[in-house]
Amino acid sequence: MKRVNAVVIGAGAAGGIVAKELAIAGLSVVLLERGKWYTANDCRKDDLRNQRTTILGNAFGPEDEGNLRVWLDAKGAPHTAMASEGGYQNNAACVGGGTLSYGAQAWRYMPQDFRMKSTYGAPVGSSLEDWPITYDDLEPFYEKAEYEIGISGDYSGTPFHGPRRRPLPMPPVPPGQEFGILEPAAKRLGLHPFHIPMARNSVPYNGRGPCMRCRWCCGFACEVDAKNGSQNTVIPVALGTGNCDLRTECMVKEILTDDRGRARGVAYIDSDGHLQEQLSDLVVVSACAVESARLLLNSKSRLFPNGLGNRYDQVGRNLQGHHYTGAIGYFDFDTYDDAGPGASIAISDYNHGTPGLVGGGMLANEFIRLPIHTLDRLPPNTPRWGLAHKQAMRQWHKRSIVIIGPTQQIPSADARVTVDPSVIDKWGLPVARFSGNVHPHTFEIGEVQGKRADAWLKEAGAIHTSIMAGKPDSVSAGQHQAGTCRMGNDPHSSVVNRNCQIHDVDNVFVIDSSVHVTNGGFNPALTIMAVAYMASEALVRNWKGTGFRS
Amino acid sequence: MLSNRKQGLLTRRQFVAAGALGSAALAIGCKTGNRGDWEYLTDEEARILTPICDQIVPADEFPSASQAGVLNYIDRQLMRHYRRYRHAYRQGLEDVETATQKRFGAELASLSQQQQFEIVSELERQNPSFFNLVRSHTLEGYYGSPRHGGNRDAVSWRMLGLAEPPIRGRAQYDLTKGSPS
Repeated sequence: MKRVNAVVIGAGAAGGIVAKELAIAGLSVVLLERGKWYTANDCRKDDLRNQRTTILGNAFGPEDEGNLRVWLDAKGAPHTAMASEGGYQNNAACVGGGTLSYGAQAWRYMPQDFRMKSTYGAPVGSSLEDWPITYDDLEPFYEKAEYEIGISGDYSGTPFHGPRRRPLPMPPVPPGQEFGILEPAAKRLGLHPFHIPMARNSVPYNGRGPCMRCRWCCGFACEVDAKNGSQNTVIPVALGTGNCDLRTECMVKEILTDDRGRARGVAYIDSDGHLQEQLSDLVVVSACAVESARLLLNSKSRLFPNGLGNRYDQVGRNLQGHHYTGAIGYFDFDTYDDAGPGASIAISDYNHGTPGLVGGGMLANEFIRLPIHTLDRLPPNTPRWGLAHKQAMRQWHKRSIVIIGPTQQIPSADARVTVDPSVIDKWGLPVARFSGNVHPHTFEIGEVQGKRADAWLKEAGAIHTSIMAGKPDSVSAGQHQAGTCRMGNDPHSSVVNRNCQIHDVDNVFVIDSSVHVTNGGFNPALTIMAVAYMASEALVRNWKGTGFRS
Repeated sequence: MLSNRKQGLLTRRQFVAAGALGSAALAIGCKTGNRGDWEYLTDEEARILTPICDQIVPADEFPSASQAGVLNYIDRQLMRHYRRYRHAYRQGLEDVETATQKRFGAELASLSQQQQFEIVSELERQNPSFFNLVRSHTLEGYYGSPRHGGNRDAVSWRMLGLAEPPIRGRAQYDLTKGSPS
């Protein structure tokens, strides 16, 4: 197989961008993806089998067969989880990764989110840190992501976000019924509601039409291709350069290293089950926080007996996602208008600045619901079955609103991904194993956020409300997984430098949510994209044409 | 249960054989309230499962679980995504039948609504893991996508007042603007 300049592992939010940026700069790129390439034609609108409701399996991978992970509960007892079960902490495995089927909220983190330790101090027992980059460093790349991927929305209603040079390229999707109910209530409470930024066309953009407001949104591939991910933006551009070769259903086994401790390529298992070697000048790991850590840990060699980049036992630590809490309100009038994406209004008043709390999170109304989502979201004391349950479905399905948000988690070094000593996947590779949990202060913040959501719903006229604020006994990483290859200046407490380059292997990069030091109180996709643009630019800048030098 | 299962197979064979003879065969098929084509369940198991599902989603002005095809959903998934629950169903349904015979001396399907309610309530208390399984699967079948054999004709979505077929392609442009062409 012909040697190339770069192998990029994972065709998701970050990998697609890296492949495109490198290919445009003239590097030859092989983009490896373990899943398939789905298109808008694969939107099945299946309420029971999509990427959010996985009752009958994941629509966009991985399949249950041959894909297990192990998680340890609070008492340390191991459990195995199939790919469609919560304990697996899944993110999609396909071209586009999570961005094919995500809800597509496309947030900038706030300036404080990059300086959590400086802003609040690290709670005892936490691993709270500052990023080695600031909001200002990332701002131009946020803008590049907003324009290249295509973001609609309007931040002008909030005074809390960082400065920006240009507005979003598209206006918000026209507000739905819930927006109309919640906006005046928020204003009466002195809050600052605004339109959620979304990677969704509200007007024609990038050669594709706008959202048609259907019911099957978050968790589904978009039937009219109005949802913007790497699969319908940067990856086609990368392929169009002629410099990028996308190989699907290829699972990378390990990163190969030479006697001098530099990467020389990867070994992967192709779609026919054959072991292949792809040699390259550099390797970019963009497999998302769980799989990137797993790949590094599985890449053991004489010089790296504990895995690549893991000299100081940092790979896999600080696993985090978001702690979702909020409230549901029940109304005596219809709140449901059957118009997607449903989620439309947000406040970031509560992300920072509450005395006694280390951060907080954004609160927004939930994505449009399907009947299957209402089954267990009926008012407390509703019978779980029988005629009363059926009647309650009729009474409340169109008369409820959920306000919920991603509470920023306070990371802990003990929340980690390791590789399981005995369980292997269908390729024979040791699977990811989760242990530990985020810092408990996270749950105190979540509880306050739940009460805030509750107050907003009451002000909006809810006749009953119910707070949703649990205390999970394992890390809730899932689709927002991050943190396992933390970015930092000190090799003893981080895995990559500010250019996403592994500290002690100069031609291996980790570019995805793994490098997030903290994960903001927002959906992480746009930040993953911005970091990918920033790291790609540094990589190209340092590329010397015949080999990689930093 | 094995003998019952064989019986079920025989019934189906008879059904198929009789099918060629004409309309008399249809009467046999209808008698047991099923189409004689379960993929996994035996006819007897389906006869026990039907009233349980119909207690979870009873009929009112809208169909019950079984009327909406929930048993098709469960049966099909026991051959597909829910293969791992086969034993739970086989054992659970047999236990329900035993408990029903002991308490009322009759099979579940022949009992009154109130008696069936008592049996299912007892199941929820005595064997919550099996009850919760059937509850989840029944509600999925009733409220999920029709493609899987339940929610026949999208009946639950109509019940909730959702447009079916769904409204698509809502225009967001103001088509009144601009000059007439």
